[in-house]
Amino acid sequence: MEDRKQINRDLAKMLKGGVIMDVVNVEQARIAEAAGACAVMALERVPADIRREGGVARMSDPKMIKEIKAAVSIPVMAKVRIGHFVEARILEAIGVDYIDESEVLTPADDQFHVDKKAFRVPFVCGARDLGEALRRVGEGATMLRTKGEAGTGDVVEAVRHLRMVNAQTRRLAGLPEDELMSAAKELGAPYDLVLEVAKTGKLPVVNFAAGGVATPADAALMMALGADGVFVGSGIFKSGDPARRAAAIVKAVTFWNDPKVLAEISEDLGEAMSGVSARSLPESELLAKRGW
Amino acid sequence: MVGAATGALAAGPRPVVGVLALQGSFAEHVEALAALGVGTRLVRRPADLEGLGAIILPGGESTAMGRLLSDFALLEPLRAAVAGGLPAWGTCAGAILLARSISNDSRRHLALMDLEVERNAYGAQLESFRAAAPIAGLEGGDFPLVFIRAPAFVGLGPGVEPLASSGGKVVACRQGTMVATAFHPELSGDRRFHRWFLEQVAGLSLPAAGSGDGQAA
Repeated sequence: MEDRKQINRDLAKMLKGGVIMDVVNVEQARIAEAAGACAVMALERVPADIRREGGVARMSDPKMIKEIKAAVSIPVMAKVRIGHFVEARILEAIGVDYIDESEVLTPADDQFHVDKKAFRVPFVCGARDLGEALRRVGEGATMLRTKGEAGTGDVVEAVRHLRMVNAQTRRLAGLPEDELMSAAKELGAPYDLVLEVAKTGKLPVVNFAAGGVATPADAALMMALGADGVFVGSGIFKSGDPARRAAAIVKAVTFWNDPKVLAEISEDLGEAMSGVSARSLPESELLAKRGW
Repeated sequence: MVGAATGALAAGPRPVVGVLALQGSFAEHVEALAALGVGTRLVRRPADLEGLGAIILPGGESTAMGRLLSDFALLEPLRAAVAGGLPAWGTCAGAILLARSISNDSRRHLALMDLEVERNAYGAQLESFRAAAPIAGLEGGDFPLVFIRAPAFVGLGPGVEPLASSGGKVVACRQGTMVATAFHPELSGDRRFHRWFLEQVAGLSLPAAGSGDGQAA
């Protein structure tokens, strides 16, 4: 399994500097690929709709995922509910390239996440801080994403979570070794991974930003804060001109450090998703709080 | 790095090697090149091509890189530079960029190397794997091969020389100053292939083999 873990971490490296887009059908998947997405996330409803319509959000119909797999050549990811290892076995059986054990769906287990080490297929998981990130890596996740607040179009939580991970990583890197066990206890993180982060000064796996990215400037902001790439959920296909906005966000992730390019590609994109301020949401509607 | 600096002085100006940095695992190539003591430059615009001793086209998604190459008017200058003799090495998606044709995709990118590739020839990520094989011209035994949703080289033109095979398939080949690998030496920790490309294909003088040369992992 050691080889598998490394190969799955290595696939995430191929996605770096790229944009992973939520798509709900074959047509959207084709638009995403043509715009330059490095992968697509196949799901039944984008987070903004899940938020609006409510109800229980589950793994998508395998038929829809297979149709999307057949329609595009880029990696296809799909979501399972937190802790739902049978949904994960189903997605593994149909050969998705990456599984997202996601707080955007309604959790199936309120105490335990999927034992991801038991799978050959790779997993990406969300995190709000370094402790949560390293717990997921300890369970076998080979890629991370900071959670943000999905389906809002408000980038503030994405920024907060990435800054939190960065600050805690920097702090670990500055600690002497004899303080790392207590640091592991405070973070609620596996000690061996705390040692690794303290030594290397970075996360053990690729980390994308997610949850609220709606504009090229948002995407570039997350890259400037150190994300390896971005997930865009509702931000593209809930906007006025998805193909154009998708291509602009791809360019923004490559040229995040070039304000002139950012200015050009931000022009005339049509309407962004209308969005909702993450701070206005009641506690019970915050998706990022799901996960333990 | 004192030794490296001295070596570079003795051999003239330190060579600068470009790494296409539109999307993908370009940072891992930069790390490998830095370990060999060469200067590196991320290539995102036509002006970045000036004065390079060689260029590496990294792994990633060829559709994403292809779209960005066109949108930022880098495709033609890069094609002209490589056609004009700039030594180029494509790993995985980078090899797809170099290939003349793609058996299961209508897209074409640089289309300079007389090579037909099949994208995702092994299937989904579940079929990604590691292996090892000898590579023509590389001393020191089998080279670790990391295949990530790898392409297969299904047709080699008469001027294309196979360098390595694995599982009955050619996985590395060369045509003049162009090299293609279906696998990822930048992920293996073994720097021999990078050194071979820079010295034997690009004709660059590197500092003497140092600690960064062997298997790190």
